[in-house]
Amino acid sequence: MIGFRIESRSNVVPYLQLVEQVRRALRTGFLEPGDKLPTVREVAESVSINPNTVLKAYRQLEHEGLVEGRPGLGTFVVRSLAGPALASHAMLRRELRAWLGKARTAGLEPEDIEALFGTTLHAFESEGAA
Amino acid sequence: MTAALETTALSKRYGRAWALRDCTLSIPSGRVAAVVGPNGAGKTTLMRLAVGLHRPTRGSVCVFGRAPRDDADSRARIGFVGQETPLYRDLSVADHLEMGRRLNGDAWDGTSAIGRLSKLSIPLERRAGELSGGQRAQVALTIALAKRPDLLVLDEPVASLDPLARRTFLSELMGEVATRQLSVLLSSHVIADLEHRCDHLVILSKARIQVLGDVDDLLESHRVLIGPTTSELPDAVVVSSHEIGRQRTILVRSDQPVDAPGWAVEPIALEDLVLAYLSDPESGHLPGPEGRA
Repeated sequence: MIGFRIESRSNVVPYLQLVEQVRRALRTGFLEPGDKLPTVREVAESVSINPNTVLKAYRQLEHEGLVEGRPGLGTFVVRSLAGPALASHAMLRRELRAWLGKARTAGLEPEDIEALFGTTLHAFESEGAA
Repeated sequence: MTAALETTALSKRYGRAWALRDCTLSIPSGRVAAVVGPNGAGKTTLMRLAVGLHRPTRGSVCVFGRAPRDDADSRARIGFVGQETPLYRDLSVADHLEMGRRLNGDAWDGTSAIGRLSKLSIPLERRAGELSGGQRAQVALTIALAKRPDLLVLDEPVASLDPLARRTFLSELMGEVATRQLSVLLSSHVIADLEHRCDHLVILSKARIQVLGDVDDLLESHRVLIGPTTSELPDAVVVSSHEIGRQRTILVRSDQPVDAPGWAVEPIALEDLVLAYLSDPESGHLPGPEGRA
């Protein structure tokens, strides 16, 4: 089952952080249709946040058609965001880990790596669009 | 829907000094409202008026539409934990539960109280005087919850606890809010403890309300602007302003997105928002007529 966390220093409001964590889990295949999300109480207690925030996140996910509340049973995933590319994830992750190893050896800090990845991805996307 | 707590021009005077003046607020049911402010600002007075321990000098206070001071049924719907989490030192935890059962009759939920305490590994036969601060706070909260209140009033419940015990206490509280339609009024000096947990904010200063509102609305309408001292001030209410060398940092309030050329615009955390108002008691923000609906 998915475990949530709240990044206090993030500029993203807490309920959207929860929404984004579910979307990410759906994209990576960690959550699949039929899976049950933790109850509002479980999230409020484990993350130690206002239950109204959790409700708001679940309502948003429901509105997006990703989950469905079943009265008395809980909230369930009804749609996946994992594309057909999911099968290639394992191999790509292995290659990425190898690349990260090279980057660390070359002396890059995690922040340098994120910046390099971000700018390269951005450039790659805009070339593709052009 | 009837507000969980509604006060109108609520005032309390001790001798010549006003402990609370013209306090008008409305906290909707199901919310977790934080009361913050410096010592002596009137937090405890507001809370004791809300639970019917004090009679207002002027104005009125209603809990779910009824005045708690004159109405036992209304008080039965309120759970209260005072500042010192008062327990009887020589009585055991079980004795406290038995007392709660006798005083509260049918409404008393002893089963879930015992369940809570065993989950927290608090021995029922232990005398209150031998419990740790965190355990005492948990027992006081358990007793307040066993009344099955609709409004829970907590005056500095975590003040004496270590960080881990504070988190446990507040997590338990959030779980309880999720389980029943519970409204909470909570005071604390530790603003970081309130972040993400409270959805309503009351800042008291010098016996008056300084800031009042929904936390999300407050965070959305405030922005931190950082820029050179030469930048022109934007078209927004400036709450506070600080200069270090050639850099100026200002906190502004605006219902519109802030258009501020020459400034870096950043969102604000609850703690910084509270501190900005506390450090400038002259600035204030109360909901306008449209906010009172």
